[in-house]
Amino acid sequence: MNIFVCVKQVMARDSVIRLDEGATWVRDDGLTFEMNEPDTYALEEALRLKEKHGGEVVAVTAGPARSASTLREALAKGADRGIHIEDDRFVEADTHATAAALAAAIGRERHDLILTGLQSDDSGFGQTGVILAEKLGLPHATIIMEIDASGSQLRCKRELEAGWFQTVTLPQPALLTIQSGINKVRYATLMGIKRARKKPLQRYTTDELGIEITAQQSVRRLYQPQQAKQTVFLEGGSREVADELLNKLRFEARVI
Amino acid sequence: MSILLVTEQQGGKWHRMSFEALAAAQAAAAGIDTPLVAAVVGSGVGQLAAELASKRVSEVVAIDSPELAQYSPDGFASALRQAVEQVKPGLVLFPHTYQVRDLVPKLAASLGGCFVSDIVDMRFDGGAPIFVRQLFQGKLHADVSASGQPPHFVSVQSGAYRADAVAEGPAPAPIRNLAVSLDASVIRTQAEPPYQDAKDAVDLGSAPIIVSVGRGIQDPDNIPQAEALAKALGGELAASRPICDNGWLPLERQIGSSGQTVAPDLYLALGISGAIQHVVGMKGAKTIVAINKDAGAPIFEIADYGIVADLFDVVPKLIEALEDSN
Repeated sequence: MNIFVCVKQVMARDSVIRLDEGATWVRDDGLTFEMNEPDTYALEEALRLKEKHGGEVVAVTAGPARSASTLREALAKGADRGIHIEDDRFVEADTHATAAALAAAIGRERHDLILTGLQSDDSGFGQTGVILAEKLGLPHATIIMEIDASGSQLRCKRELEAGWFQTVTLPQPALLTIQSGINKVRYATLMGIKRARKKPLQRYTTDELGIEITAQQSVRRLYQPQQAKQTVFLEGGSREVADELLNKLRFEARVI
Repeated sequence: MSILLVTEQQGGKWHRMSFEALAAAQAAAAGIDTPLVAAVVGSGVGQLAAELASKRVSEVVAIDSPELAQYSPDGFASALRQAVEQVKPGLVLFPHTYQVRDLVPKLAASLGGCFVSDIVDMRFDGGAPIFVRQLFQGKLHADVSASGQPPHFVSVQSGAYRADAVAEGPAPAPIRNLAVSLDASVIRTQAEPPYQDAKDAVDLGSAPIIVSVGRGIQDPDNIPQAEALAKALGGELAASRPICDNGWLPLERQIGSSGQTVAPDLYLALGISGAIQHVVGMKGAKTIVAINKDAGAPIFEIADYGIVADLFDVVPKLIEALEDSN
């Protein structure tokens, strides 16, 4: 089974966000970056499918030079090789441009299954996987909680809203977007990190893939959201705020 | 150019977010003084179409076919592509449901249009729409503009518009049955009937007080502290998705888009950042209290009372204070 897993590098959770000069994105300097959390589940699922059915896991990313470290992390966890479509413009690119780049790179190779995370923790479009499937002419299913690849067709448990699920069946090759929590992700071992250095990491420029980065939607301005409610902040010692909060809940909000 | 609203229904029952999206569509149509066409898609949807026609819309289109009885990305994308080609709207609005997340990226990409997903607001700048989206897990908002050829596809976040703001029409709007040709063989994905894993043992929906934990609880060994507070308040314990993903609490205690939706009198959020997937499940609470170390956590935007502190300092004191007052 030739499995491609698409990963994105995003800024670490709990990063302190500062806007860039034009207030259209955030400043990169001083931030640490990590693999988009939903993508870590997609990678883990790809590795498990390979362990069960054999084949190869290829991690693919479209991002600036720094995102190579996220591919190395995927290799250290067990991916066989990496593909890096390198361009600084992917940082602010829309999902359409990213999907087009991924399609150009993956479309050159035999692919039985493509996995992506559900959405990214930065832009949060939740579209790249489905657009990628459309561009490659593949069937897709989203928000997947279980994959059975033992038959000729893929059988997947798809999450619906409010605690409901359904089983969907689709032919291969196919693209699945993976729900967080589908598995328990592994950590890279020291041996894995060492081995990763020798694994192949192919770099493409957008020219080499014959693609252009054109945005269909763009951020005009980023800003702090307005308070939906006038929050009353309680300050002081822990016991003091505890007493004050209970007072407010009893006599102001009258909910306890 | 008109606005096309695509509603969602399942087996003759509306998805509740359909009317929130209709409220958004009515506001947009009024804002730029353009006709609003409302669509209902499925098999045997005549009655729903009639209901939709009673609202303030210019026209209702019914996209009715046996092949559309059950959702499939291929079947629905094909049908809606034909609908868009016939109606020729400038904007196509959807509620941001799971089905829309599955369908609309494909539909928009196949027509070469862009999909601005999960918007919380929209306005018009000289006739050109500006959409407001949340970025970085809700920490920032972004004004987004769409470029390229219309139609632009847009989905509206749960709770961003109020369903009770939908305006009734002065007279029933005309209903057009829109003929689409669908070949069952184009449908590659087969879906089985929906099911629930386990009957919800706890009905969080009827609990007046909920104490809910997020990533800030750090370790499963700390859950009993939150549980003790829930007990002292006479409430139920719940959690955000990552806690249930880690198996620290069972899935039936999960609040959010993939879990339960609740509107208790008191919702006490411990170490919950306030990602939108969680917030949609609890923002209807009467009183929201947030305790979080990070003053920039989006949960504070919707909190009535906020405490910027380590929850492990405050929670024991809350339990102590509750015991003292009893």
